[in-house]
Amino acid sequence: MSAASTTQSQRENWEGEARGLAHPVDGKLDTRHGAILYLDDVTVSFDGFRALNKLTLDIGVGELRCIIGPNGAGKTTMMDVITGKTRPDSGSVFFGQTIDLTRHTEPEIAQLGIGRKFQKPTVFEAMSVHDNLALALAGNKSVWASLRSRLTGAQRDRIGELLATIRLTEQHQRQAGLLSHGQKQWLEIGMLLAQEPQLLLLDEPVAGMTDAETEKTAELLLTLKGKHSLMVVEHDMDFVGSIAQKVTVLAEGSVLAEGSLAQVQADERVIEVYLGR
Amino acid sequence: MSQPYSLKLAAAAGPRATTLGLGLLLALLMLLPLGHWALPEGHALHVSAYTLTLTGKILCYAIVALAMDLVWGYTGLLSLGHGLFFALGGYGMGMYLMRQIGRDGNYQSDLPDFMVFLDWKTLPWFWQGSEHFAWALLVIVLVPGLLALVFGWLAFRSRIKGVYFSIMTQALTFAAMLLFFRNETGFGGNNGFTDFKRILGFGIAEPATRAVLFAATVLLLALALWGAFWLVHSKFGRILTAIRDAESRLMFCGYNPLYYKLAIWVLSAVLCALAGALYVPQVGIINPSEMSPGNSIEIAIWVALGGRGTLIGPVLGAAIVNGAKSWFTVAFPEYWLFFLGFLFIAATLLLPNGVLGLLRKKGDR
Ligand SMILES: Nc1ncnc2c1ncn2[C@@H]1O[C@H](COP(=O)(O)OP(=O)(O)OP(=O)(O)O)[C@@H](O)[C@H]1O
Ligand SMILES: [Mg+2]
Repeated sequence: MSAASTTQSQRENWEGEARGLAHPVDGKLDTRHGAILYLDDVTVSFDGFRALNKLTLDIGVGELRCIIGPNGAGKTTMMDVITGKTRPDSGSVFFGQTIDLTRHTEPEIAQLGIGRKFQKPTVFEAMSVHDNLALALAGNKSVWASLRSRLTGAQRDRIGELLATIRLTEQHQRQAGLLSHGQKQWLEIGMLLAQEPQLLLLDEPVAGMTDAETEKTAELLLTLKGKHSLMVVEHDMDFVGSIAQKVTVLAEGSVLAEGSLAQVQADERVIEVYLGR
Repeated sequence: MSQPYSLKLAAAAGPRATTLGLGLLLALLMLLPLGHWALPEGHALHVSAYTLTLTGKILCYAIVALAMDLVWGYTGLLSLGHGLFFALGGYGMGMYLMRQIGRDGNYQSDLPDFMVFLDWKTLPWFWQGSEHFAWALLVIVLVPGLLALVFGWLAFRSRIKGVYFSIMTQALTFAAMLLFFRNETGFGGNNGFTDFKRILGFGIAEPATRAVLFAATVLLLALALWGAFWLVHSKFGRILTAIRDAESRLMFCGYNPLYYKLAIWVLSAVLCALAGALYVPQVGIINPSEMSPGNSIEIAIWVALGGRGTLIGPVLGAAIVNGAKSWFTVAFPEYWLFFLGFLFIAATLLLPNGVLGLLRKKGDR
């Protein structure tokens, strides 16, 4: 497994590179065996229909993994399971060596360091771009803290950095609901980064983006790689080709193939599920 | 129904001008009790007991509308049971007022008249302490507050939302009404409490007493408005709108909506209860009809008509609807409900942001 070879010195290099994007992977998580996320034999059924069928998958520390697969393959359901939205019928989901995600709620999982971008871009439409980012910032998320909360200088700077990263500096006062589809996607990615997660799950991040925006997104994700672990679900093969080292193909709720994009695209079974039977 | 309403709008309307106008209005309202108490009855500027009571009652409703706006307008939880919290606050105060009657009731007994009528010999346990004003205040805050806490905990923890939540709140107030209708429950059955004589030893119909009760209501409204403004402009307030607009996004940002909902829900319930406690001595009666489902639905209409998520809008809405109601029920009593229904439909179709939205649109031009 390629990511298993992620060394401390490599990580420090990345820290230097992606300055201003996010904070380094937290040392607290036990990732001794090189993987940050393990799904083992996960099954999810909806009224007897198996959306995930004995799915087994793992993501290495600092890896950028692309997940592809036809509509209904279970990609979004897999993210629902990882983030605590859906409980699996059987199987286990581990974050690092020790944290069993099936025992935690969505907010707990978010605080453990997993950020998620939804398939349909979801931001707080009534609030300004700035306030969206401010709300997503890492920190104490209790009711009591929210009553006494004031942005610190460091937090303001951080929001400034994030605004620059997602290219919305000019629009920071704008109501998020008025942004274009692509800009909302960017804002949501910015909100994920504000959370300083170790693992980012991105469900179709470039859907509805222009070619130029897609390209910028690819650049951004590549700078995040190493510092963070990423799982990206996309249908846009050009985009996948531009960022992926390793691609996993899901079909009917389990892994069909894994390898480089060229390898999986040459796989007979993959061609079959994409062309229909 | 789920149209997001910008906090920015409220800010853009000129916070200073709004605060000033509001302060002025509340100060003017304070002249009413003065005009009632200090000026003799023949005086051209004398404010009649009727006018003062009616205005005081409307102000209590305005507080309820404000409380409703916090949970519905800002947090997206449509309660159709807020009348219950109002009524419980009213009953808490009513118990104290019943004890203040002392032996001046029809049966000249230490027990409230309805208990004598039921042939009860001693006070039931839950009436113990009700002769103390401080105890009454505790009951007024704690009983509705705890009920809201328990109900909210169960509902929010099970992630009951939308229509299901509304139906549950409606069922809660309906069940409470049926309970309070029963004589054996110990709250005067369908007659409730009335014929109050005194509060804190002062005659309840005295001009000075009326004036003070009215002034206390204005004060509570002012405090509630100020507190609510502060709250919705804090990070807490932004989290409430986030719950309304994209709850799952908020959860994946690491916030647990349960505690935020619970906090605003309980606060709103207690505010309603305080309004109810001020309503009863001014209006002079409390009975289970205050818990009828229709009453709670009406509260939602005030808020929708005034403008959800604006704080001032619902206050206006409560004033407009209840002002119209007091005139209508005298002039055309049988048409009031039709008119109310018409108002609601018109507001929903024509004024998605309520009266306040309309005023602001005019102001922007
Ligand atoms: N809550 C649910 N109830 C019932 N069926 C569901 C539910 N969620 C997902 N499914 C079904 O599970 C299957 C997998 O859905 P999922 O959304 O995970 O697919 P996907 O791979 O993300 O597809 P797409 O590329 O279209 O986003 C689909 O057949 C879908 O209809
Ligand atoms: Mg999907």
